[in-house]
Amino acid sequence: MKSWQTSCIPSNKKYVQICTALAALVLAVALLNLCLGAQKVPLGQVLQALVGEGSGTTAFRIVRYVRLPRLCACLLAGGALAASGAIIQGVLSNALAAPSTIGVNAGAGLMVALCCAAAPTALQLVPLAAMAGAFLGVMTVMLIARRTGASKITLVLAGVAVSSIFSAGIDAVVTFVPEALNGYSDFRIGGFSGVSMARILPAFLPAVLSFVLSLLLHNEMDVLLLGTEQARSLGLPAEKLRIALLGLAAVLAGAAVSVGGLVGFVGLIVPHIMRSLVGEESGPLLVSSALGGAALLGVCDLLGRMLFAPYEIPVGIVMSLAGCPFFIWLLQRRGRLRD
Amino acid sequence: MIELKNLTVGYGGKTVLRDVSLAFPPGKVTVLLGPNGCGKSTLMKTALGLLPRQGGEILYDGVELDRLTTRQVACKAAYLAQSREIPSITVRRMVLHGRFPYLDYPRRYRAEDYAAAAKALEWAGAADLADRPVQELSGGQRQKVYLAMALAQDTETLFMDEPTTYLDVRHQLEVMAVSRRLADMGRAVVLVLHDLSLALREADRLAVLSDGVLRQVGTPEEVFGGGELDRVFGVAVRRVRTESGWLYYCRETQTSKETE
Repeated sequence: MKSWQTSCIPSNKKYVQICTALAALVLAVALLNLCLGAQKVPLGQVLQALVGEGSGTTAFRIVRYVRLPRLCACLLAGGALAASGAIIQGVLSNALAAPSTIGVNAGAGLMVALCCAAAPTALQLVPLAAMAGAFLGVMTVMLIARRTGASKITLVLAGVAVSSIFSAGIDAVVTFVPEALNGYSDFRIGGFSGVSMARILPAFLPAVLSFVLSLLLHNEMDVLLLGTEQARSLGLPAEKLRIALLGLAAVLAGAAVSVGGLVGFVGLIVPHIMRSLVGEESGPLLVSSALGGAALLGVCDLLGRMLFAPYEIPVGIVMSLAGCPFFIWLLQRRGRLRD
Repeated sequence: MIELKNLTVGYGGKTVLRDVSLAFPPGKVTVLLGPNGCGKSTLMKTALGLLPRQGGEILYDGVELDRLTTRQVACKAAYLAQSREIPSITVRRMVLHGRFPYLDYPRRYRAEDYAAAAKALEWAGAADLADRPVQELSGGQRQKVYLAMALAQDTETLFMDEPTTYLDVRHQLEVMAVSRRLADMGRAVVLVLHDLSLALREADRLAVLSDGVLRQVGTPEEVFGGGELDRVFGVAVRRVRTESGWLYYCRETQTSKETE
């Protein structure tokens, strides 16, 4: 029984309202991110720069070449990680599963490190490597969990073990090829400083494609939530679908890792918050998670840039500060529900 | 009709079912009986194609199961699993999933599916629950919702694995009443039950399993007379005549010997 879920199931109308509100929030966060920073840019100039006017001014350069790429990377990573988390939690019917807890992020990170060490100039290969690594991670964890017993906690423990092996792999790569990951600490913690549009685009397209594909499968996902056997007895090829959906989740997580490094917690907490707002039907949950993840990571990046300005702290640190207490609260609540 | 012929199932080097031949005729309530671990659930899952088999045939209206797609099977047989996930969705949405095998991509539920779901909810006595979240319901109510989902699937055969476990006595009787009505409409209803007296009173046919072998198939009268239940369960099954027919009960073997 999945008693950890909040059983609030609002109507379609409420879902549309929530998504509109979330979209407005994303827009507001985006504008704030563009305006605020070490050098404040007035909203008017930001909008001018966005439509391409006033090229050559400092404001234009700041907005177009520094803040806009960073903002795009941030929204992309947040949305992709949260959507990936929503898919993973649903498909594995496990509240503690998320890209950062079951080895998906770490797998992607290892492949990125290897890719950068082997082919430092092939930037467009990075997202592909990340997605392959993410898929490798999730499949390894699934296989180990299945071999050792299918309990939900086994899966998470297997994830912890696999994650630490992958992390050791990343460290090993960096030890041998120190210049492989430029800004290594930023990558480990998760951060967006110095990101460029050229790095975002190859990650953006697969992420959007895989998000759309997973939305197209939302009815199948709903049936899968009934449990493997029940789903199969309803005529759904459950195992194939599960692997396909985990593949889509891996593409999303890989895209996020390739632009922002190993950001934790977004993929874990956002789907939980959204589930309590819009219920568990996959379509609404995916859309609201993507929006909520983008907004949350946007806010965290803004805080990271503003709190100790002119010093910046990577978004991953802010995210962990906010996410860790939530994770503990989740564990505690599960414990209480079980008693 | 679903027929099993010389079915042998095993996993992990252990044989769970050996040479079982059994048919589930329409219009009858067939109850599978047997001690824990005798292979009742395995039999059901194998008949539905959810578990692989080592030998034997499974025929759906004369067609071998392997030649049917998962969806075709789902249009012929519905399954009420023993352990269930309870997703946080509304009852109506949940029951609509019973229509899933009838939908082509993109699987938008049609007006007729909504109608079938509404009818199934009424049949299962859960029409008043339609807009409630499944997670808020009691065990008995959830059982009705799962039953409604299986009914919405509109199949000739309905398999239910321990549908009365964890239910209070009124809900147990309701499940049996729905089974009876479905059988009267020409469906084949197959149940796993642990309550011998309930099974003997309500079933049309009993199939007694132990250690993976089908010991006896017959009407309650035949199975009671054969004494197979006594041997398989290690109890003494007795009955008394009441105004509403025979009432069956079980006693420990030892005490019954003393009284004889």
